[in-house]
Amino acid sequence: MLPAKLKKELQRDVRASEHPREKAVDVMYAVQRHYGYLSDEGLAEAASLLGMSELELEELATFYDYIYRRPVGRFVLHVCDGVVCWMCHEGWACLAEEESIVTYLCARLGVEVGQTTPDGMFTVLPSACIGYCEYAPAMLVNGKPYGPLTPQSLDKVLDELRNQPPGHLVLDR
Amino acid sequence: MSEKVLLQNRRPDRPATLEEYRASGGYQALAKVLGEMQPHELTQAVLDSGLKGRGGAGFPTGRKWSFLRADAPHPRYIIPNTDEMEPGTFKDRILVGCDPHQIIEGTILAGYANQAQRAIIFIRPSYEPEAELFEREFSRARDEGLLGENILGSGFDFDIALHRSAGRYICGEASAQVRAIQGERPRPDKEGHMTDSGLWGRPTIVNNVETLACLPHILRNGPDWFKGLAVSKGGAGTKLFGVSGMVAKPDCYELPIGTPLREIIFEHAGGMKGGAFKACLPGGASTKLLAPKDLDVAMDFEALAAIGHRLGTGAIIVFDEGACLVSACLNLVTFFARESCGWCTPCREGLPYMRHLLLKIELGEADEGCIDRLGELAKAMDHSYCGFAPGAAAPVIGLLENFRDELLEHVAQGCCPFKGN
Ligand code: SF4
Repeated sequence: MLPAKLKKELQRDVRASEHPREKAVDVMYAVQRHYGYLSDEGLAEAASLLGMSELELEELATFYDYIYRRPVGRFVLHVCDGVVCWMCHEGWACLAEEESIVTYLCARLGVEVGQTTPDGMFTVLPSACIGYCEYAPAMLVNGKPYGPLTPQSLDKVLDELRNQPPGHLVLDR
Repeated sequence: MSEKVLLQNRRPDRPATLEEYRASGGYQALAKVLGEMQPHELTQAVLDSGLKGRGGAGFPTGRKWSFLRADAPHPRYIIPNTDEMEPGTFKDRILVGCDPHQIIEGTILAGYANQAQRAIIFIRPSYEPEAELFEREFSRARDEGLLGENILGSGFDFDIALHRSAGRYICGEASAQVRAIQGERPRPDKEGHMTDSGLWGRPTIVNNVETLACLPHILRNGPDWFKGLAVSKGGAGTKLFGVSGMVAKPDCYELPIGTPLREIIFEHAGGMKGGAFKACLPGGASTKLLAPKDLDVAMDFEALAAIGHRLGTGAIIVFDEGACLVSACLNLVTFFARESCGWCTPCREGLPYMRHLLLKIELGEADEGCIDRLGELAKAMDHSYCGFAPGAAAPVIGLLENFRDELLEHVAQGCCPFKGN
């Protein structure tokens, strides 16, 4: 269950809005932040806060990239697979899809796109262009951009993240 | 060096403050407009300036506004679009991050011209730092009497709120964006006109933030000054060009509308990083691949249209000779197939099929018939419900028109000629 304080806050926000549905994404984000992802229980609570049916909210939750209906790791890595990031692999002569930064990252972590590492640290998600094309190839980690990535710099970022104290970065977007 | 207008306050490390924006002439236009101009005079000035929408479609901004009927009901909404999720496009992030008050002032001016009450800035999730910046600066503007009730003592009330998106490409399309704000599944909705019935069934104007950022300058310096910024006949203003890919200095450059493509790539963006120039997408991922023969085109709406291309968002994505354009298109079509909203069949079914054909060609498993079928499918995308699918097909059409040899080479060699180089 959502803590009473958070629930009150959200209720207040929704009530203050002329159109409660306008708050759908904000409420989903808040609930997701609390549970670590948008759990079934969270989805039901969010729907009731918004005065929407669970199905209506599910329709949105599953449409959006930054709402997670399944558990994710502490760090969500949105690796840009847009065409600019795809082509900008420094020193990598062959521009093949199977050698993209996404593939390198997945190999390092031993996961496939969409999966979470067994230690619960990292989830790799494919991402529509994240809008940091001048830093290509780039990725977003819990909302913070990194780039331009090379295999070496990517390894460094992963090490840094592994050594972050728990709770250092909020699981958000 | 040409005149910087929108990026004049750009700093390497931080956004311009309200004071800095004011010192550069900021909010003078707002004071002048609220003090001495009627809303329709403002619209006329924007019409006279020749300003065209910077979000991709290039529709004249003043005309878009003029569709709003004089007796249209209230409340009316302005939606500044900061979604930009198209590969290669990042100019709006630069613009917001360098001078947020320029967009705030532009939005209030658009609000006054259309006698709107509220603006809702729609912003994508990967621009969260910019979203927070906006919120901070809204409250500064309210404290200074520039936003909210009775702006600068004029009796005009107007406020701006922020809508955070949870991220899907199609939200950049105006009618899908309206549905997203309404807490509905965002898909394009072509019933009726936004100026009659948009957000919550009310008259609504959706403008790109770069378009809005031009307004304070037009109103302060006059429509003729704005026209004079362009270097091509018939053009108006400057344009933000986001240059990315295999150039030495990928960045966002503000240059006069009509600056030749060659100059942007080879002078401003520092030329190629390594290999020779092979192709570029001149206006973002949903424009046609352009070949070296067209490098001297002036980057304005008309000149590009004259050679069968589009200025789009002005996002220039540069490929060098080492790039396999078949696999580049495979990447692009894969992206678009995933981002399709799924509403209509040509797009939902056609893009994965185009992807399939491109993959076969890339793997060397295709015959010439596959290339023809790819062409037929790409054309069929025109029958979809919104502009997304034809946009998705555009790079492929450029590939077929300008780089057919490369496709044929894949077929003849039975593999990708670029592999293992
Ligand atoms: S063309 Fe694609 S994005 Fe547009 S309505 Fe059809 S399915 Fe949706």
